[in-house]
Formats: sequence, structure tokens, C-alpha cells
Amino acid sequence: MPLLEARHVTIRFGGLTAVSDFNLAIEPHELVGLIGPNGAGKTTIFNMLTGVYKPTEGEIFVGGTATADYKPYQITALGLARTFQNIRLFKELSVLDNVKIGGHIHYKYSATTAVLHTNRFHAAEDVAEGEAMKLLQIFDLEGRANYYAKNLPYGDQRRLEIARALAAHPKLLLLDEPAAGLNTGETIELMAKIHEIRDRFDLAILLIEHNMELVMGICERIIVLNFGKTIAQGNPEEIRCNPVVIEAYLGEPAESASA
Amino acid sequence: MTKGEQRAASSERERSSKSLLAARRSPLARMPWWIRDLIYAAVFIGILIGLSYGLEAIPITGMAYYNRIIVMIGINITLAVSLNIINGHAGQFSLGHAGFMAVGAYFAAYLTVFHFGPIVDKLVEGSTYAWVARNALLLTAVLAGGLFAAIAGYIVGLPSLRLRGDYLAIVTLGFGEIIRVMILNIDKIGAARGLSGIPTWSNFFWVYFFCGLTILISMRLVNSSVGRAFLAVREDQVAAEAMGVDATKYKVKAFIIGSFLAGVAGGLFAHYTPAYLNPTMFMFVRSFEVVAMVVLGGLGSISGSIVAAIILTFLPEGLRMAKGVLHMTKDPRMVIYSIMLIVLMLTRPQGLLGRRELWDVLARRKDTIPEDPRDEGSTPTDKLDRDAGPPVT
Repeated sequence: MPLLEARHVTIRFGGLTAVSDFNLAIEPHELVGLIGPNGAGKTTIFNMLTGVYKPTEGEIFVGGTATADYKPYQITALGLARTFQNIRLFKELSVLDNVKIGGHIHYKYSATTAVLHTNRFHAAEDVAEGEAMKLLQIFDLEGRANYYAKNLPYGDQRRLEIARALAAHPKLLLLDEPAAGLNTGETIELMAKIHEIRDRFDLAILLIEHNMELVMGICERIIVLNFGKTIAQGNPEEIRCNPVVIEAYLGEPAESASA
Repeated sequence: MTKGEQRAASSERERSSKSLLAARRSPLARMPWWIRDLIYAAVFIGILIGLSYGLEAIPITGMAYYNRIIVMIGINITLAVSLNIINGHAGQFSLGHAGFMAVGAYFAAYLTVFHFGPIVDKLVEGSTYAWVARNALLLTAVLAGGLFAAIAGYIVGLPSLRLRGDYLAIVTLGFGEIIRVMILNIDKIGAARGLSGIPTWSNFFWVYFFCGLTILISMRLVNSSVGRAFLAVREDQVAAEAMGVDATKYKVKAFIIGSFLAGVAGGLFAHYTPAYLNPTMFMFVRSFEVVAMVVLGGLGSISGSIVAAIILTFLPEGLRMAKGVLHMTKDPRMVIYSIMLIVLMLTRPQGLLGRRELWDVLARRKDTIPEDPRDEGSTPTDKLDRDAGPPVT
């Protein structure tokens, strides 16, 4: 059974069809890339998968469960965590608290427990703190655990967002342009990190990215979108040589344009 | 390093971090939680009893007046700290706090005037029985008032599922007025005449007992998964939901907790001298006073709310002497009060303490990110933010 399945998903905003007939199946441990020119509908697909938007047509299954009536937080509980294209950290909270909130579904307790500071509270908080620190160590952020998230350098904020998503113990991680705004060195580091966390946490990863070096370097399968339609699918080699993809990115070849 | 070595190293780190966590806790915190909390409660109650006898014993003329100010400060701290849970922590801007307070005040007063008062009247005046019954019944009435207010909070919390920011503020403002107008039309509780004849059972001890309880609840909540969920919803609702936080549930939770405590404050207010309630006491102006305390102290700062509640309750009284000092025929105190508020908001728009707590400010922790070669090519965001604040712990 695939971890995530989208069947004939279409979404319309008024008269605009943002995504039409999108199909996807992600198996455990897969690393899939979703690429396409600006406005192709990549982030819209992410928003549908995570329940922010409801598809106009089609169905989405997470771990075999149809998610049509699920709210975003319920879908997260099914094992799907995401990052955002424009970093959406909890800016006025500490780096550590950001990661702790990421694990909210795994160590939440009632307000009464919180107020009485019962043993359950201490047990849950110890686990939360231990796990959060471990994740921060993986991303070399443990030294900044007590900084406000907004005061981190940009690259660290990107990494913190991934750490926060991992705290939810997802089976599938959705990364929305994880390398946006990073320099070459940071991108290479990030590629290694993505590989590392996939093996370490046995994740499947779906990522949107404009940086072809990163996409071609780590993805096993790539889906190309243009104007909401899937125009190509395959491994990096196939995509690189696919004339339809080249046309979508670079325009039509000169002779056919003049004809 | 092989995989096995890596695993060994990481489990080593785990162990050391775990023992660190255990060692960081004081011996008091390692006791069973209920023994520890009983010790805290006993010490706190002891201090309060000592203070309440001490205050009565101070031989100054007009001590009753100062006592009243002190009690009002306690009630206002309770109100401000409870509103801070809704406005500051969960980020839901509510202007209906006077409404919740009114619900608690009137319901508690209704219980004591019509049901509990007659019971105590039958007992021998001054007997131990009467004393126990009076305090137990006050406690019951006040908690019942709080519960009734919490129900009201739940009802107001529901529309907040859909509304954000200004729209929610308007709805809660309307709610507060609805409560007031409803009370105006219920003849049983005095309507426009006001409700008089409430037994004066509330005192310094009960007011500060609940004040302390409110502060404790608020502080423990904010450092728990519940409080973190509140803060996450305040910071970014979309991201919070993506992290598995049920934003709706936590918003309603914040409203229920905040309005319960406001109802308790109302119940205590109703039973304090002169023990008279009138709907005009709970006009929206009262809500604004509490909002002013929370904003002035710094939205989200518990100690800020406390400090601001003390200042804003004391100022109008303390400024009474200004008339004499300035040799004016008219009383300028409210003008000075307003000017002080304006100046304060102009110089510190983020409130007295911002989002920090008093102890963070006193510890003078600075937030400077050390130079790090890894940061090359990327700029720290908000580097010019004047209120960057210290690292939070």
C-alpha cells in the first residue's frame, strides 16, 4: 500500500483550474521531486495533500485513509509533515519550543495535568525536550536552542523548519523549496542532510524545488508540472532529456516557433 | 565512524541528557506532585493569613481605603492575567472580559443572596460554624460563578473558530454588551436598580488566594504543551495546524480558562464591600481597562500584566493628590492618567516588558548571535529589530 496516493485530483479557483487530474503514489522510503515553472501548481498540490485546500474533484489517501473530511492537524496525525515555501516558524518562540510544538501530537496532555505538574507532565516534558534536542543536534542547532527563532540566520531557519516537521514523527515529509535562498555550499550540505534523515528516520520524502542540481542529485523519481498538468514523470535521466520538459522550461525550439 | 559506533554515541548522548534533566530539578520537584503542591499551598496560605492580619493591624487612619485599593489591585491582577491567557498567549483579541466578569459576579451574588445567605443567617453569629459555612459557601458561589462564566466563554469561543483579529474583537465587544443588557432586564437580580444586600464575605485572603492561583495556572500552562499550542496558534495558525495543533480546540480552551478566572474575579468583587452590583460597572469601558493593563504590561507577559494591573489600579487613586500639589480647582487626575498612558505607549509600544517576563529582564540576558562562518552568505533576519529580546528559556 502506498504511503500517499492522489487519484485524479483537480482543484479550481473560480474559473481557473490550478491543478487538473493529478495522480501520485509514493511508496515508503521513496524520494520524489515535484518540479515545474512558477505557477505550475506545485504548492497548491502540497496544500491539497496537507488538507489546507480541499480538491474540487478526486481523492487523496494517506496511509490508505481517505482525507476528504480531514483537517490539516488530523492529516499530520496520519503521518504527514511539511515545511513551507516562505518559512513559517513560530518567530517569537525559542528554537527549542518550535521543535517541541512540532511533536505536539506525540506528547500532549490535558490542561489539568499541566496545571498540577503531575508525573505525567514531567514524563511528557522530558521526552519532548530529549527528542527536540536530539533533532536540533542532527541539524547542528543545539547551541542555539534558546534563541528566538526569528533571530536565527536564514539557513538555520530553513533547517529548523525541517527539524520541526521531523518532530511530528512523519512517515512522509513534504519539503516545499527547502533550498530556496541558500547558497551553493548550504545547498550541498542540505542535500546530504535530506539523504541522512531519510535513512535515519526511514522516511519517504516529496520535495518541491527549483534548484535542478538538488533535484537531479537526490530524487529517484521526478514529476514535472506545467499549468496544473502533469507533463512528464520518470527518473532524473529521463526528465533531463525529455523534450516536453525542456520546452516547458526554455520555450519551444526556434524552428517550430517560426513555423 | 561505523553505524554501530554512531548508535552507541547517540544513545550515550541520550543518557547524559536524561540524567541532566533529572538533576536540574530541585529536590522539592522530585517529590510526588501532590505533596509538593500541598507544601506550596500551605506556605502560600500561611503568608496570606499573616498578611491579612498584618494589614488589619496597621494603625493608620483611612486604612480601610488603602485596604480597598489593595484588594482592587488583587482583583485587577486576576482579570489582567486571565485576559492575558486569551489575548497574550492564544492571540485572540477579546474585548468582552467585563462581560465574563459580570456573569461570574451576578451568578455568585445570586447564589449567596437568595440561597446561601439565608443558611448562614440561621447560624449563630460569630460561631465557628458560621465562619466555616460562610467561607465554604463563598468558595462554592465564586467557583460556580466562574463555571457559569466559563460556559459563556465557551459560547463566545465558538465564533472565534471563524473570526480573526478585529472581527473577533467586535464580536466579543458585542457579547459583553449583550450580557450587560440581559442583566439590565432581569428583575430578579435587580435590573437597573442594581443588586444590593450581597453578604460581604470576600476579603483580602480570598482575593489574593485566587490571584495567586490564577498566576500559577497561567505560568504552568504557558510552559506546557497546552501553552505551547496557544503560542503556536498566536504565532502562525496555518503552521500550527500543519504541526498537528487543533487550533480551534485550543482557542476555545483559552477562552474557557480565561473566562473562568474572570468569573471568579467577578464573584470576589461582588462580595467585597460595598457589596453592590450594578450593570453600569460592567460597561465595555471596564473591558478596555483590563485590555489596557494587558497591552501596557506587554501582550503575553504574565509579570507584565501583574505590574501593569498594579500601576493602573493605583494611579487614579495616587493621582488624587495632584489637585492639591498643582493648586487646581478642578481635579486633573484623569487627564494626567491619560497622558501617562499615551506617553508610555509612545515610548514603549511593545508594553512595559514586551513578551519577556520580569525575571528575564532582571537577569539582563542579551541576544547576540555569535559570528559563525557557516552563516556566510545569509543574513540574520530582523537584525535591526529594536525589541529583539533576549534568548528565552
